[in-house]
Amino acid sequence: MIENLDLGMVNWARAQFALTAMYHWLFVPLTLGITWIIAFYHTIYVRTGSEEWKRLTKFWMKLFGINFAIGVATGIIMEFEFGTNWSNYSWMVGDIFGAPLAVEGIIAFFLEATFFAVMFFGWNRVSKGFHLFSTWMVAAGSNLSAVWILVANAWMQYPVGQAFNPDTARFEMQNFFEIAFSPYAVNKFTHATSSSMLMAAFFVISISSWYLLRGRHVLMAKRSIVVAASLGLLASIFTIFNGDESAYEIAQVQPMKLAAFEGLYEGQTNAGLVAFGLINRDKKVYDTQEPFTGFHLHIPGVLSLMANRSFGSFVPGMKDLVYGNAEHNVLGAVQKMERGKKAVASLDAYKQAKKAGDKTGAEVQLAAFNTHKEFLGYGYLKKPEEAVPPVALSFNAFHVMVFLGLLFPLIFIGYLYFSAKGTLAEKKWLLGLGTITYILGMIASQAGWIVAEVGRQPWSIQGLLPVSIARTNLTTGTVQTTFFVFLVLFTLLLIAEISIMVKQINIGPEEN
Amino acid sequence: MTGPAAPQPRLATRVYRFYRDGFRQMTVGRTLWKIILIKLFILFAVLKFFFFPDFLATKFPTDTQRADYVIEQLTQSAPGSTPPVKGE
Repeated sequence: MIENLDLGMVNWARAQFALTAMYHWLFVPLTLGITWIIAFYHTIYVRTGSEEWKRLTKFWMKLFGINFAIGVATGIIMEFEFGTNWSNYSWMVGDIFGAPLAVEGIIAFFLEATFFAVMFFGWNRVSKGFHLFSTWMVAAGSNLSAVWILVANAWMQYPVGQAFNPDTARFEMQNFFEIAFSPYAVNKFTHATSSSMLMAAFFVISISSWYLLRGRHVLMAKRSIVVAASLGLLASIFTIFNGDESAYEIAQVQPMKLAAFEGLYEGQTNAGLVAFGLINRDKKVYDTQEPFTGFHLHIPGVLSLMANRSFGSFVPGMKDLVYGNAEHNVLGAVQKMERGKKAVASLDAYKQAKKAGDKTGAEVQLAAFNTHKEFLGYGYLKKPEEAVPPVALSFNAFHVMVFLGLLFPLIFIGYLYFSAKGTLAEKKWLLGLGTITYILGMIASQAGWIVAEVGRQPWSIQGLLPVSIARTNLTTGTVQTTFFVFLVLFTLLLIAEISIMVKQINIGPEEN
Repeated sequence: MTGPAAPQPRLATRVYRFYRDGFRQMTVGRTLWKIILIKLFILFAVLKFFFFPDFLATKFPTDTQRADYVIEQLTQSAPGSTPPVKGE
């Protein structure tokens, strides 16, 4: 029975994946975003012929190169983990992800390998036009290499365009375009890339602000800031609107996630968005404790507007989604579990009938399975409350991300305003804040992934496969060992990156 | 007076020289390449080899057997079913 499964292993495997993914994401957004900013710097150099812009472009290229080199292949580790720790999942989704990921990897590799070299080695070796073209292609290739992995992640949250084959135990692709262009996937890609652009802008601003505070490389720092802040402002505004669209998608396909990151236990019409509040960490979905401790402030109707594009609409809470709400036609985990158990039982009976050579029986069981397969994953839950993700972590991560996300455009506007006035170098308070903006951006970005991944628990594939079934049946010790190996390895690599990066920043553009 | 222009080297030669000279002129890049190579060695020769075998590929020789195993996991892991056998 499921009680006998080693949930410790599942949690360690999850922790290991989270560690790897969060470490990988330290490098990815900077790579995705700064390549575009460098392309703009390079374009200005080519158009103006100014040696100052050339030095500036080369300097940011070098820092990008360091980030790329240290971050390269850290994503491969996740692939290792799929095969070892998540073998059931890996097998089941192989048909959906395998080929496109491989093709994407090959295309991105050749695109990057070719143009990356021209971008770095091409100064005075190739024509200015081809050199600039290569820089733009590096930006395009880097972002292209993020497409399918984000589509894959979106598919796990909203598994469209597939059919489960009970003979092969695989989800098979039925419609490529439905998967690649699902609204969830489009939002995920645009949200990830636009937020990466704003993070890269903060990277430039952090370092440039540090230079300005010390009176070093003043012209380069000011020029870098103007371009980065302009792009960052556009990206941050886009990220806000796009984030709102993501929330709408989540409300449609993962209402439990939305309820969790808003701490909404009881469904409401004209539901308010939490502007401020401390979530009660001890509250359970079945008890009568208050969801918040102390003062909390809701903005009436905004959550309804966000979830359904209508102020007066009903937003289901976690209780509705666990126990059902007939009045608002909300199917609860309780009802879904009944159907899910029928799906699992039919799958088992189908397997037995096929083994026994009973074709008619197999057809009957297959039909029964197909009736309930939409709820397959719920058949593995022990109790309906398991459908609720960790509420406090989801809530806190979401609100940190939103607070910072709303602050970011103001910071960019501040930089542009004082740059236009010519007084930026005198605004020590802004430059001081500017030096930590990259860290703030990283916190917001990592918080975003926590919302996305913790908020969808217990599912590895929404509604179809819980993490407890997606795992390999290994012992906890096996996974613990590799968790600590990675922890040490990642720490060493991070120290290496930071020390090389700091050294190059200290040297500055002159020595390049 | 100028003599006849030297023939342009072949494209492959030019590409080779382009990469060769680029690598030679690297400064911080040399350190980065060392880190990349050490990292790749640790990832593929140590971690992948010793710690991260592909579970299904190493346990079962054919896709049919792998599918049967996963189906068994799916049907026997639900509450009320017989527990699956633990791996390693």
